[in-house]
Amino acid sequence: MSSDITTKTPEAAAVPPPGRAPEKKRVAQGHRRLLTRRDRITLGLMAGVPTVLHVALVWVTALASIALAFTTWDGIGFDSIKWVGLDNFKQLFTDNPQFWPAVEHNIIWFVVLILIPTPLGLFLAVQLDKKIRFSRVYQTAFFLPVVMSLAVTGFVWQLIYNPDTGLINSLIGANKPGHYIDWIGDPHLNLWAILVAASWRHTGYMMILYLAGLKGVDPSLREASSLDGANEWQTFKNVIFPTLRPTNTVVLVVTIIEALRAFDLVFVFNKGAQGTELLSILITNNIIGESSRIGYGSAIAVVLLVISLAVIIPYLIATFRKERRA
Amino acid sequence: MSTPTVALGAKQRTPLRPARVLLHVFLVVTSLAWLGPLLWAVFAALRPYSETSNKGYVSWPDKLSFDNFTNAFKQSDMMHYFGNTLLIAVPAVLLTLLLSSMVAFYVSRFDFRLNVFLLLVFTAGNLLPQQVIITPLYRMYLLIDLPGITVSGKLYDSALGLVLIHVAFQSGFCAFVLSNYMRSLPHELTEAALVDGASVWRLYWQIVLPLCKPAMAALATLLSIWIYNDFFWAIVLISTGENMPITSALNNLSGQYFTDPNLVAAGALLTAIPTLIVYFVLQRQFVSGLTLGANKG
Repeated sequence: MSSDITTKTPEAAAVPPPGRAPEKKRVAQGHRRLLTRRDRITLGLMAGVPTVLHVALVWVTALASIALAFTTWDGIGFDSIKWVGLDNFKQLFTDNPQFWPAVEHNIIWFVVLILIPTPLGLFLAVQLDKKIRFSRVYQTAFFLPVVMSLAVTGFVWQLIYNPDTGLINSLIGANKPGHYIDWIGDPHLNLWAILVAASWRHTGYMMILYLAGLKGVDPSLREASSLDGANEWQTFKNVIFPTLRPTNTVVLVVTIIEALRAFDLVFVFNKGAQGTELLSILITNNIIGESSRIGYGSAIAVVLLVISLAVIIPYLIATFRKERRA
Repeated sequence: MSTPTVALGAKQRTPLRPARVLLHVFLVVTSLAWLGPLLWAVFAALRPYSETSNKGYVSWPDKLSFDNFTNAFKQSDMMHYFGNTLLIAVPAVLLTLLLSSMVAFYVSRFDFRLNVFLLLVFTAGNLLPQQVIITPLYRMYLLIDLPGITVSGKLYDSALGLVLIHVAFQSGFCAFVLSNYMRSLPHELTEAALVDGASVWRLYWQIVLPLCKPAMAALATLLSIWIYNDFFWAIVLISTGENMPITSALNNLSGQYFTDPNLVAAGALLTAIPTLIVYFVLQRQFVSGLTLGANKG
């Protein structure tokens, strides 16, 4: 992660990130001798209490998901937990009619978000970065969907997609019985309909990230480029965009994670029925649905966990390495 | 944050060139298109159901009123659900800030060997999709008995349970942001105090924390909107409709009013109002918070 994005500190704002003044050497080694016993206990508690809470609820449960994925359990009493090895996974990969569609939908979700709202958000950010009047008003309009909950977003878009009362069908006259276009129910349409709503929201989010990135671009670069006679597009392509690299990394990671987490919109729309299956929805249905197949649900969670960690770990390692160097 | 990240408004006026005019036209049109779905929802919510069912939704309104809003508010007992949300969000935001600032203080002001690893654990935890941990969490919540402490007698189906998971999950993000922030504070500040014999707690509470106010404000804004908007945890970890926070309660309520989309629209818009108010009042904090931790999913 770039220091200009995550470390919006007074220093970072004043000094351009690459050529940062060498930071004062940490003196903390010397601190340790100054710490009294009580201080050590205080420090231990300050770090310990939050860590225990976080690790117990997030990481222990993640590990438990892995363990449960190799068992069957109906959730009633611990004696009914049975070790079944890879059975859940075998069944998942070969037998479950919803699993591969769900994987495909998660991938489509990511591809759509990265191909449509992301460039659009970047484009809007570039336009709004031109110091134009009413910039704040435009920004607010694009950003409003990000502030609302995805559940509310789902309800709002249902008013548009509803087969007999919705805006689209009313406008195109497809709201008479027999002529319905069922945007929410038709398995060939519903995922795309939901993705329009998801993109509507994602654009504003991407716009804000890029706007922040653009603020960090050194104005002298722009000047130099225009002095060299580059036009607006050339300046953007050859000068501005390359400096946005750190922002692009963030955007990529955020978008992947958003695609893996996608849940609320689909759940509000049609609970992930026909055509809108997602990994997150399958897991949830195994818990709050009538079937309580814990091992099986956990196996899906493990798939999701592995994909997520494959993205999160390299990203964080790179981020932290950069930070330590800084 | 001292840097208004995205707020350069009309300070520098440039003469109006045709290209500029075109850009404004483009932006006005796209902004309106972007607001379209919301405006449509407002329009639908302002019309009585009897009228729209006769004339269709795309029609000139005879009568606009706030009846749907008042009805949705009264019939669905919204105050009660707003109350539930407050009961969850207020402690969750405060606790998250307190705990994550303590971790951040620990990792940023002292050089212990575990620091980077600890921060990595917190940050990575926050990036996980919630569904990865939900199955065991759900079971765990069902197993933990808290007779007399929560109404349900368990961690499951209680405000306390939601507070705990929000705190655990969100503190990862806040610890990361705050540790970056604290690292930028001059070391001399705490050093001098330490040499003078101030306790570690004093360093944290009286020196470091007050200096973190801008970052804390930004995070508080962000957290309150996220926690208010939470849908997933509440859907899974709360079973009694009565105990639900507003966002997930809406999902239940919509079932009851299935026949009247106008009423549902009004209800949905009402639940969005508090977040919109927070956003408009604290826009700067909110946006700087988002970009402060651009790694948030």
